[in-house]
This record gives sequence, structure tokens and C-alpha cells, in this order.
Amino acid sequence: MYPAYLEESIHLVEDTRVRRLIETLPRLDEEEKLDLLHQYHPDYISASMRKLQVGINKGDSAPRELADLLEGNSRVDPDRIDPSKPDYNVDVLVIGGGGAGASAALLAQEAGARVLVTTKLRLGDANTVGAQAGTQAADRPNDSPALHYLDTMGGGHFENIPELVEVLVRDAPSAVQWLEKLGVNWDKDPDGSMHELSGGGTSRRRLHSARDYTGLEEMRVLRDELRNRKISYLEFAPALELILDDRRQIAGAVLVNLETQELIVVRARAVILATGGIGRLHIQGFPTTNHYGATADGLVLAYRAGAELIFIDTMQYHPTGAVYPLQILGQLVTEKVRTLGAQLVNSNGEQFVMPLEPRDIVTAAIIRECRENQRGLRTPGGEVGVWLDSPMIDILRGEGTINRELPAMVRQFRRFNIDITKEPILVYPTLHYQNGGIKIDVNGATNVPGLFAAGECTGGVHGRNRLIGNSTLELFVFGRRAGRAAAQYAREVKRGSPTLDHVRRWQKELERSGLARERPLSPRLLPDYIRHTHGRTRLEI
Amino acid sequence: MAEQARLIDIYIMGRQCQVPEGLTILTALEYCGYRMIRGCGCRAGFCGACATIYNFKSDPQLRYDLACQKTVEPEMCLVQVPYFPAVKAIYNLEKLKSNGATIKALYPDIVKCFGCNTCTKTCPQELEVMWFMSDALRGDVKAVVEKSFDCVMCGLCAARCPQGLVPYNVALLCRRIYGRYLASASAHLEERIAEIEEGKFDAEIDKLKRLNDKELRRRYTERDMESALEQHWE
Repeated sequence: MYPAYLEESIHLVEDTRVRRLIETLPRLDEEEKLDLLHQYHPDYISASMRKLQVGINKGDSAPRELADLLEGNSRVDPDRIDPSKPDYNVDVLVIGGGGAGASAALLAQEAGARVLVTTKLRLGDANTVGAQAGTQAADRPNDSPALHYLDTMGGGHFENIPELVEVLVRDAPSAVQWLEKLGVNWDKDPDGSMHELSGGGTSRRRLHSARDYTGLEEMRVLRDELRNRKISYLEFAPALELILDDRRQIAGAVLVNLETQELIVVRARAVILATGGIGRLHIQGFPTTNHYGATADGLVLAYRAGAELIFIDTMQYHPTGAVYPLQILGQLVTEKVRTLGAQLVNSNGEQFVMPLEPRDIVTAAIIRECRENQRGLRTPGGEVGVWLDSPMIDILRGEGTINRELPAMVRQFRRFNIDITKEPILVYPTLHYQNGGIKIDVNGATNVPGLFAAGECTGGVHGRNRLIGNSTLELFVFGRRAGRAAAQYAREVKRGSPTLDHVRRWQKELERSGLARERPLSPRLLPDYIRHTHGRTRLEI
Repeated sequence: MAEQARLIDIYIMGRQCQVPEGLTILTALEYCGYRMIRGCGCRAGFCGACATIYNFKSDPQLRYDLACQKTVEPEMCLVQVPYFPAVKAIYNLEKLKSNGATIKALYPDIVKCFGCNTCTKTCPQELEVMWFMSDALRGDVKAVVEKSFDCVMCGLCAARCPQGLVPYNVALLCRRIYGRYLASASAHLEERIAEIEEGKFDAEIDKLKRLNDKELRRRYTERDMESALEQHWE
């Protein structure tokens, strides 16, 4: 239930619906877009960024929160670990148990590799399960991979790496079919054809969804298949450091059992990083849609091992995070709500942006509407937001559409006595996705021999802004490619003797540049949400 | 807001704590100094990691929810279920028979359900768990899919079933059988995959890759946009 003082504005939203039904705002041209982004998008606040002082990306800008960790001190003392005495010895180690990691593990095993998956939380605890809207694939007759290519490049402001985008759009239909053959249930029309929707910045309807539980449906099937194939996995065992060998190629990783704090040494011929996102670093203090483990660990590990990063200065702020009630602050209100026809309106019930512009544009427009134009609404908790007019969906598409297409959203707000079929939703941008990450080639290979990466921890495919439905797609396209390529690499590689010398060199470089004392330990592993105002000290037991 | 809110008493595994009104169970645990390792995942109601059992000082009736979604109430007595040993059948989907008998063959214990309905009362997603278990028993795969689709696999149903059944894994089996074998195939998807393999789009994509920046931007700006509403199409 909304507080009484917001009711006046809700009435304005209701009163303007008839007019808005036939009102279409124009798309912005490129110049207007760039102007809007430069003035209002959080990426363009230069004070929030810092230039890296050490490592292969020295001189590149990154958000301060990320820069601190990339320049962080190792949690591992190389003198106390013997990397030549492994607890596990495998061909391919997959670090991360979300959509990309699971896809990679399945394909690596199919290619004959002995695979071990290790993950920080439970298998499948990843941003994948929170992906609601869908997966893009250009498979309808009036669509084509070339149009998907064009949409993706434009969404990323033409800075995407073309070869990666090409692979993304060409592999998309077969990735969707692969998932279906594993038992994923896609929304379909009665004749079996895919029921597809538009999204922000897509010129065709090409989002394949499973109600608004798309990522969950994909993940629970992949997780089940991993178990059926008896692929070994370790839970609550994040990686602390990669192990190289004397030929400067990958040789494994040092993990930690989060519950016993014991270190685990894994020897591997190839390693696939699939550690996901960054949202729990709360860049610029934003709330986030991300899962508990999204702390950029993979970027830290890769960077210390000498892998190049790309586009790390650009984050995706999802335009529609919940701002009311406080219990779900920052949680995702899926773009599918706008896809189905909901408009964004200000306190006067007026539209201020075409609702299906790419995400960075909509985000900047909402920030402008609240900050510059002062036409947002303030919650009792002090947050500000605009209306996402969800009841429009049932008006446009018939009663029952919202309940059928958005059960997760209906359920989430019903808990707080808000009926999104009748009342609009109060939203504001929330930290959602890292557009950049580890630089890869079309098979997920990095510049460190034997080190592969896939999924959100990589960069390049989305340029400076990712489109809806390209993130889940990327998991399966590049997860599968990395899995296959890593298995092949593992068959062919001549191994050297494993060492943690790169960690020693890293620590020396930190000392030399005077950063060692200033920087925290990294990777972060888990965010710290406990209250520290007790004035009580904690004993490390 | 947290600073001004009224403080209420809750009991975390028996220990009395004071927390501000309006926190979720998860944020209340963190407020009281518990750093989560297990029992915390997506923090948004999708992953099922934070299954929670609670009752009240004055009311012993057990209740169930997800810690990240449920707001704390005065006198709540809380415990989380970090892990529960549950049976999962191991199978090769490619070799399964796509009929209802498969369910009983892989999960023979489902005949032991005596209809107590505890599973339904336990489900934080408010799914009709007992009804889809009876659909599974009858071999009605489609009915199981529809009723179980919003399952986050938190495991509470299995934790509370007096017969040791695992409804969430039974439902997953049904959904996978349906998606793989019973849902009609999408003809346009298969055609498109064949076209891509034949190289139908190679030249067009190659051309786009070679365009200079200005020309690519022009093509992007001028591309035609399909209506988001299905009825305007065709």
C-alpha cells in the first residue's frame, strides 16, 4: 500500500492514461542521446573514477570501488602454499557456477575433459537466476542476425568488438535450441512458435522468455544437467588466486572453503573464469539488483595474473529498480514491464522518455526528470523515483496479461499490499550489470595462455551499454565456446611447473608504488552488511 | 529510516535481539551482526537460498518464508534452513520415455503421498504443491509444469514432507520432460538455424562489420522498428 500523500499523484497517473494510450514519444537521435548521457548518466561523473596505478591496465579509469580491489593485496601468502601439491588435479577448472560456468562445464565435459566446477555460494547462485525478461535470438522470419548485430552495436554506442557481436548473434538461435533440448520451457504460441517480445533498443521482437522467471528456468535446468552428468563441483569455495607455471601459462587456482577457512589447491590445465558481476560493490552508493556474491572476484584474479581488462569504466544502471517499499529497494523491476506496454511517467502523469530506448538512455532520462526537472516523487524513506505505469499493460493487452506474464513481479509487490495490475510502481535506476570486464576472443580465450572467461565477467561484446536479453544469451554463447576451447587447449598444452611467483611480483609492485598499505585485501568475496555501530569488537575465531 | 523506526524484539535461534521495524528477516540478521555465508543468495526472491522457518513467542504454529522477502514482525522466533538433504534422481534426458510413467519410475516414492497438504502450506511461492504432486502421480506432466513453474527450489516442501518426498525435484523432472519432448517445436527457430549454417547471413553481417563508423550509425538510426504490440504485425 502506498502512503496517502502519494495518492494525488497516482490519480494524475490514472487520469492521463487515456491520453497516453495514443501518445508516442519520439526516439532520440544520436546527438540527443550523447548529450543526455554526458549530463546525467552516472558513468560520466568523473569524480567517481580513478586511474589504475598498477597492472596491465595502468592508466585506465575504473570506478573507485573497483580500482581499490584491482590494486588490492593478495589474500594468499605464496610462501605458505605449495602449488605443486594439489588437492584436485583436473583438465578444466571452472570458477563460477552460474549460467556461463554451467554451460562451459557441460561443453568441456562433452569434449572429454575432466572438469571441476567451484563456486562461492551454491551451484546456481548467480545473477542468472535474477534475469527475468528473456534471451535474445533473431529467429523470426522478419528478423535476422544482421539486425540483431546492428541493434547490439547501436546499444553499445558502436564501441563493441565486432567479432564478438558477430558470434553472439550467429550462435543465438542454436543456443536457444540447445536450452530447449535440455528441457527449458520457452513461452510459446499454440502452434509451437516462440512467443517473442520487444525490448529497449531492439528493432524486432526477439526476446525469448519463460514468464518473468527466464533466468531461473535456464539455471535450474543447467544445474540439474550438471548433476545428471555427475560433473564434480565444490560449493562455498571461491578462488583466491590463480596459479601460473614457469611458462607463464595457467596451472590452476587456490580456493578457500568459506566455512572451514581451509585453502584448497587445484591443478588444472585450463581455467575458465565465470565469476559474474560487480553489483555488490555498490558503485557510487547505488543499490543493486545483483546476487550476494557479485563482488568482481574474477576481475581481480585475472588482473593479477596479467589478463587485460576492457570497458571497466562503464556500468549498467537498470532504469527500473524498486524504490518503494524500502524492503525491496534496488531490486529489479524487469524491463519486460515496459516491453509489455507500461510507460514511465513523472509526478504529473506525463511521459518524459520513450520507454523502449536502450537502458543507459532511459536511466539518464529518469535521473534528469528527478534531479533537474524536480518531477520525481519522494518516498517516506527519502528515496526519489518516478512511476512505471504497469496497469497500462492490461489496458493494452487485455485483462489477465500481467498475472500471466509477470507472476514474479505481481508476487513481489503483493507481499507489500501493492497490486501492480491496478497501481503503478515507483522506480529509480539501480546498479545492474558491468558492461566491461576481462578481454576475450571469440572462444573466450584471454591473453594469458590457458585462461578463458565467459559471461558477465568479460567485456567487449556489449560495448558501453548492454541490451536487454543479450546477457543471458552471452552466458550460453560464450560459456559453450569457452568450454569447448578450454577442453581442446587442455589436451594440447605442455605443462610447466606451477608457481605463485606472479603474486610475489604483484606484492612487490604494490610496495614499490606505495599502494600496499592503502589498499584492501582482495578479492572481496562477500559484501559486509553487518552493523558496525555496536562499538563492539569482533574476535576472529 | 532505520534510525527512527520503532524497535521490536525478535529471537534469532533463541537469542533475543532488538531490530528496527521494517527490515526483512535477512537484513535483520545482518543488523544483529550475523554475516551470512549460507542462507543468502540473490536477495530478491528468485534463488531459494534463504528458506526460513519461524513462529511467534505466543503462537507455536510454524510458518515458512524467504528471509529476503519477509518483513520481521514483533516476537518472531527465527531459524534458517541452510541445506537439506534431498533425493534427486539421476537420469539421461535423451533416453527418457516422455510419458507420465517415467516420473513414477524415477521417483517411486511419490505413491507414498497421503495428502496431508503440508507442502502446499509450506511453499513461500504459494504454489499448489500437493496438487501438482497428485498430477505427477497421475502422469499429467503438463499440469505439473503449469502449477510448478514459479518454483524457486528453496527445498522447504521437502524439508517438511513427512514421507520424505521431494516435490521440487519431481516438478523439475516434469518441466524438463515437457520442454524437451512435449512442447511443440518452433519451426521458425529450426529454419533460422539451418539458414545460419548455410551461411545465408554471412555476407550481410560481413558488410556491416566493414562499414565505417558514420555509415553504421546512419544504418542504425534509419532502421525500421517493429511495433512492440503483436497485433500490429502481419
